[in-house]
Formats: sequence, structure tokens, C-alpha cells
Amino acid sequence: MQTLFIKTPVTVEAHAAVVGKKEGEGPLRDCFDLVAEDIFFGENTFEKAESKFVSQAINLTLKKAGLKPDAIDLLFGGDLLNQCIGTSYGIRSFEIPFLGLYGACSTMAESLALASVTLSCGQISRAIAVTSSHYYSAERQYRFPIEYGGQRPPTAQWTVSGSGAVLLKNGGRGVRVTSVTIGKMLDFGITDANNMGPAMAPAFVDTLKTHLKDTHRKVSDYDLILSGDLGSFGMEMARELAKDEGIFLGENYADCGCLMFDLKRQDVHAGGSGCGCSATVFCGAILPELESGKYRRVLLISTGALMSPTAIQQGESICGIAHAVCFEGE
Amino acid sequence: MDYLKAFIVGGVLCVIGQVLIDRTRLTPARILVGYVVAGAILTLIGVYDPLVQFAGAGATVPLTGFGYCLANGVKEAVEKQGFLGIFTGGLTATAGGIAVAILCGFLAGLFSKPKAK
Amino acid sequence: MTQEAYRNRVKAAAPKSPLGKNIVMAFLFGGGICTVGQAFLNWYLSMGLPQKSASSYTSMTMVFLGALLTALHVYDRLAKHGGAGTLVPITGFANAVASPAMEFRAEGVVLGMSAKMFIIAGPVIVCGTLASIFCGLCYFVVR
Repeated sequence: MQTLFIKTPVTVEAHAAVVGKKEGEGPLRDCFDLVAEDIFFGENTFEKAESKFVSQAINLTLKKAGLKPDAIDLLFGGDLLNQCIGTSYGIRSFEIPFLGLYGACSTMAESLALASVTLSCGQISRAIAVTSSHYYSAERQYRFPIEYGGQRPPTAQWTVSGSGAVLLKNGGRGVRVTSVTIGKMLDFGITDANNMGPAMAPAFVDTLKTHLKDTHRKVSDYDLILSGDLGSFGMEMARELAKDEGIFLGENYADCGCLMFDLKRQDVHAGGSGCGCSATVFCGAILPELESGKYRRVLLISTGALMSPTAIQQGESICGIAHAVCFEGE
Repeated sequence: MDYLKAFIVGGVLCVIGQVLIDRTRLTPARILVGYVVAGAILTLIGVYDPLVQFAGAGATVPLTGFGYCLANGVKEAVEKQGFLGIFTGGLTATAGGIAVAILCGFLAGLFSKPKAK
Repeated sequence: MTQEAYRNRVKAAAPKSPLGKNIVMAFLFGGGICTVGQAFLNWYLSMGLPQKSASSYTSMTMVFLGALLTALHVYDRLAKHGGAGTLVPITGFANAVASPAMEFRAEGVVLGMSAKMFIIAGPVIVCGTLASIFCGLCYFVVR
């Protein structure tokens, strides 16, 4: 069984999303708690700026919950940078027990899943799930220097700069995590690092199919099914693959990468991506709708491309992974 | 007239690169390497020199011109110095461009920071 | 679905770069940069420099301009439209040297900037030098 049911109530106590300037100019601009005035966020390197996104997201979450860091028993988090330095340097001042994770862009669902499962064991009372990404720190690690003149193909995606944090609590009332589905790695032989949506789409569909089967539900049982960062072309492939499996993704299917930016106006090609993409869109735009009761049941499926420039240069293909977390309103 | 020739030949050399970028899986670094090596080989077989005589900067400014400069330099060095020229000719002829690239790159790094787009 | 079938499906459905527009832009930008080079070449020749020196000075000037436009955050904006028109001329080589220098300044002058300056342009020097040695051998043999 790939799906774990969270039987004791695990609820969302608070959440926050901090984003960069470009994200703050997109369609979701009013959803975020803080928009950085520039991409350095007052720091002198992009990596330090990413860490500041993390610390600000946690700070704002704690502030909303009216808690001090010592009230948090466990923190799950990760990012795209080598050795996960975005998260680890971002949380160093909090002194919260920490488990660092890497699931590429699927890390938000991975953190939320692990936090929920751990809380449901009943031995701790509060845990935070946090992830981040930063366009410029990711570019210099995965692609080219910023000032290098290159053209991006239409299938390229734009790494979201930002961080989202969710504080989960054992017991309480409000939005609950009811089940999580841990995905398998799927490799369909895509090797183009500028076309990651289709590399992740099979993993998304597989996790969705497994989740629906394990929970005996249909697509229409959800107010919203949200993929992490498939982008416009990845979404198209996901719809096709799902149709092959007899799953029809209709109006209640959306992608965080496509929600984050105005694809026509903001020059992001196929849409947003990165660990921060599903984290900020979910924390900023979707959780409030669950809290207000507009949505009753939402399935977040963050998608990740497990690869590195080293692996690509050695001729490896890009593996996809996707984890699902089901949230239900009161 | 020499401006028009430079424009057209230079433009066509770049168009070839654009087709390679858009229609093959070659990365920019590979294309640049291909241009330099192609420039050197075309010079060796005597094809590139007439193009340089015809188009001037239109043939020397694209990176094939860098290969032309390497091959031409090595040719002259071999004529003058013999065996030693095989190794000194190429880099000597292109040293000016490389040194300026290093100097300007260094200064750019010291005085300018990458900026968000 | 097999890997092969999926790859073909993705390939068939993937949005393509607008080749026609890109070619026109590459032609205009590339031609334009070479025309600027020709202007410098003519200028240096008119100052009485011999052909070879004038050609070297032209290359050096174009490298300087490429690096300057990179430092002024202009070159990547031109390249977004110019594509290969800004990649193939020697100004693109200068951009490939200056941009990592700026980028990796954050990791220090020696281990960052100096070490990483040629991460993109390095192969051009390496393969170019090897090609020149090969040409030199040929010239030496047929001499």
C-alpha cells in the first residue's frame, strides 16, 4: 500500500509564503505574505537570499501561530541546492530539531507527508514543513551564469524564487491532512533538462492513479487536484497520460507552475518550477481557500525531477517522482 | 560595399549556428567548439582565406575567424620556426584576443555584479 | 507505454522554437555585429596599421565591447533576441568569459572568479589549440 491514512487529526495551524519580485508581479501577487523588494533580499549572494526566504517564511508562520521556535518539535525541509544549503542555513538560528530532505521539486509534498505521518504517531505536537528555491541560485548550479546570453526553448521553466512553510499540529481543528501517497521513481527516458514537465508527468499520473485506487475515490471527489510544477506542456502530457489510464482531468485540475506566473506576459516560457513553486502557491493561494471553506478537499501532488547536471552529462535520463498529500477542510 | 559583404557573410554564419541550436540537441558550448575547429580546418584546406579576403570582418568576427587566426598563425610560425611553430603559432596569433578577454572578464567580475532580469 | 513510445509522443507534441523568426534575428544581429567589426577594421586600416595588426586590434576591440556590454547587463538581453547572432561572433566569446567571472565573484577572486572564468569558453581554447597543433603538423609535413 502506497497510501498512508492519517487517522488521528493532524491540522494546519499556520502557514506563510515569501516570494521574490517577479513572483510578486504575477497573478497571485496578493496571496503572499511577503514579497522581496529585490532578488538579493538584502543579502550579497543568491544562496544567502534563498536562506533568507526560508527564515522569513518560518518567522512569519511562527508569528501567525503566536509561537516561539522552541514550541516546534521537528522541522522537515529541503531545497534544490547542493547539500540543501538553502534550508539548512535558513533555519540555523531557530534551533529546531531538523530533518533535511531532497526530493527535487517534490520536496514540499515529501516534507508535508513526513511531518503528518510523524505527528500522527502522537509523540510530538508540532512540526513545520518548509521548502525553498531561488531562480538565480538554481540557474548557476544547474545551467548558466546569469549574464550569459542564451536562448531558452519554449519548454523551459522558470524556477520560482520563494519559500513556503506550513505548521502542522497534532489534534486541533481546521484543515486536516487525511492521507498521503508516496510516489515511485519513474524513468521514461527524457534527457532534455530544458523539458522537465514531460519527464515528471508519468510520475504525477502514477501517483494520482495509485492515490485514487487506494482511497476508492474519483477525480470529481476533489475540489482541486494540484500538480507541483509540470508547466504548460507537462500539464498537456499529464492530461493525455491520465486519459490513457481512464482518468479524466477536467476543470478541477491545475498546476502550481502555471498558476504562479502569467505565461503570456512574464516571459517564463512553460511556467514556474522548483521546490518553492508548489510550496508558495499552496501556502499562499490554496490553503486560505481550504480554511475559508471554498475548497473542501484538495490533493497536492508535488512533482520532482531527480537529476543533476553531472548525471545528465554522463548521459543519464531524468527520473520523475511525485508525492500526494490530501487536505480536507472542516 | 565591404560593410554589406561583412553583414551578409557574418549574418549567414550566425544563421547556421541558429539552425544548429534550434534543430539539433547541440549545446551552445559545443557549437562554439565546432565553429573554432571548423574555422581552423577550413583554413587548412584553403577554403576560409578567400572568404576572409571577400568579407573581411564578416569572416573574422564570427568564431570561425578565431579558428582561421589559429590556423593562419600556425602556418606562418611553421614557415619561420619549423617544428617549434607547430606549438607556438596558434596561441601566439590569438594571444591578443584571449588576453583582452581575460583582462576584461576579470574587470567585469571585479566591478559588476549579476543583475536580476 | 514504453520509454520509446513516450519519448516520441513528447517529441511530436513539444512546442518548437520559432525557427523562422530566430533565423531572421540571428542574421540581423550577427550581420550587425560583423558590420561594427568591419567599421573598426576599416578605421584601424585607415590609421595605417598593417592588415594583420588591424585585424588583431579589431578582435580585441570586439572582445572588449562584448565584455563591457556583459558588465553593463546588456549582452544577455541582446542575446535573448539575437540567439546565435550574438553567440557566434567573438563578442559572444567575451560574454562567455565575463559572465562566469561576474557570477563566481561571490566565491572569491582566486577560487571563484579566476577558476571559473573559462567554464564555458574553456573548451573553445582547448579544442582550438588542439586544432591549431593539428594544422601545424599538416603544414610541417607538406612544407
